[in-house]
Amino acid sequence: MSEDSLNIIVCMKQVVDLQQIRIKRDTREPVLEGLPVLFGDMDKNALEEAVRIKEKHGAKVTVVSVGSAKLKETVLEALAMGADDASIIIDPACDGSDPATTALVLAEAVGKIGSYELILVGEGSADNYSGQTGSRLAEILGIPQITYVRELSVQGNTVTAVRDMEDALEVVKTNMPLAISVTSEINKPRRAPLTQILRASRKPLNVWSLEDLGMTPDRLGSAASGIQVISNVAPEQERKGIIFEGEVDEAIAKLVDALRKEGAVS
Amino acid sequence: MNPGILVSSHHDSGIFELLTKGRELAKQLGLNISALVFGNVNDKKAQQYFEYGAQEVVAIPNIDPSGLDAETYSHALFELTKGNGPDIVLIGSSKLGKETAGRVAQKLQAGCVTDAIGLSTKESALVIERYSLGGNTVSTETIKTKKKVVSITPRTFEANPAPATGKVTTIDLKPPSRRLQVVERRKKAGEAVSIESAENLVCVGQGIGKKEDLAMINEFCTALKAELGCTRALSSDFHWLSEDRMVGISGKRCKPKLHVSVGISGQIQHTVGIMTSKLIVAINKDKEAPILKIADYSIVGDLYQVIPKLTERIKSGGP
Repeated sequence: MSEDSLNIIVCMKQVVDLQQIRIKRDTREPVLEGLPVLFGDMDKNALEEAVRIKEKHGAKVTVVSVGSAKLKETVLEALAMGADDASIIIDPACDGSDPATTALVLAEAVGKIGSYELILVGEGSADNYSGQTGSRLAEILGIPQITYVRELSVQGNTVTAVRDMEDALEVVKTNMPLAISVTSEINKPRRAPLTQILRASRKPLNVWSLEDLGMTPDRLGSAASGIQVISNVAPEQERKGIIFEGEVDEAIAKLVDALRKEGAVS
Repeated sequence: MNPGILVSSHHDSGIFELLTKGRELAKQLGLNISALVFGNVNDKKAQQYFEYGAQEVVAIPNIDPSGLDAETYSHALFELTKGNGPDIVLIGSSKLGKETAGRVAQKLQAGCVTDAIGLSTKESALVIERYSLGGNTVSTETIKTKKKVVSITPRTFEANPAPATGKVTTIDLKPPSRRLQVVERRKKAGEAVSIESAENLVCVGQGIGKKEDLAMINEFCTALKAELGCTRALSSDFHWLSEDRMVGISGKRCKPKLHVSVGISGQIQHTVGIMTSKLIVAINKDKEAPILKIADYSIVGDLYQVIPKLTERIKSGGP
């Protein structure tokens, strides 16, 4: 296989801007309505790495994502960052999907796109960070996966990756096709220049429904999810919330006094 | 093999933690509980697993625990749990364990929750808690599929032994042929810090202006007998501190008795890692910083003024 024919698929997840989530005082529920949506940071690391491989070896980079109608706009940033085209799956039946059902949809989308050598994902999504979707996708497709990758190089048909484990770095080699999950250490994603953002809307964008993928809604969404969410609320905080302000020496004296009473310092 | 709960981790400490919690869950759910152990298990070692809660130890002698990978690990779990095997799989959520959880769940067509921070039972259902929305919320969930896979954040539960006996079952299982070739394993350059088990922990963030100023913080740590942790920016972006000091959703989860947060605004991705500290102290110049909302005591002030004086006062032990 010549390197020019490399096809890289990057799976990305659209999430609400987590920094802007407010918590309702009475119910401790998060307020998600009206929040801006964006791709997660590690998803952008995955895309950046694909674009770097393309710049070095020549490749076609395709973004795949499952999400709400807003995805049509969100995906423009990915195209502006250097993806060649994108296929997004927008279908109300996907609402309430979990990693298992999302992986099923992604697998069908990958099948429809056709040939690929590399599938890149972030180590975990920005919101749930469960890390399951990539692993499940690799299982469904029957390809090996290298997780937690912080350095990646491609030579011919061989991929060499440095995996970041708790106590060691593992250098791992294997042949494509292959799935890879990256950590945020692998690169610093570029900011798309404005000119590219304007051009991005001219790049090929497929918008698919489940029907386009030959899937029926009963296999998907919250009904098919293996997970039942009982509640999702901000944890109770039982902190004292005592604040010392003003003159520094006095504030320090009060703090140390309080910590001694707590037995936290001697 | 008995139907019920199967516990596994590639660290014994992880197995002990999960067995201690698992035996409580097993009792409530009326299930048996077994532990999967790779390699040979002698009588003395087996006795340890029994005392932490295993009624049965399932040993797989021909899979070497050192150099275990997710393909082998998930293959073994699948072979043991498919069909009439245990319905609930509890896995220690190390990086390897977390990857394995997703893989074995897919093989079993099972629902899966990773990085659980709480396990309980309600009306014969296993109830799982995990962080959601980047740590803004805790999601409480059950798994609807017959087979259930849960990976649990290390050190979530305490390991407590109690006198018990059990049996050892040895299983002959061939590892699958490896598709990934590990060509090198480099031990991480070892400061070998274990901030997760520190009694006192100081964390620093971008309120620190330059690397040299960490000397002042180190002195503060010495006075407090504290380990030093940091935000992602200080390790991954600036490389001022090694990544094994990074605290947060993609770093370490710590529960010290005393946590002092210095110059950290308190983004949720970081604070998830210190939320369960017994006592939280924040030093920040911004009164509106989110960290103040989760702190027991805060000083609003310039850390460059506060830290040296605070260090002196703690050192002197005086009023």
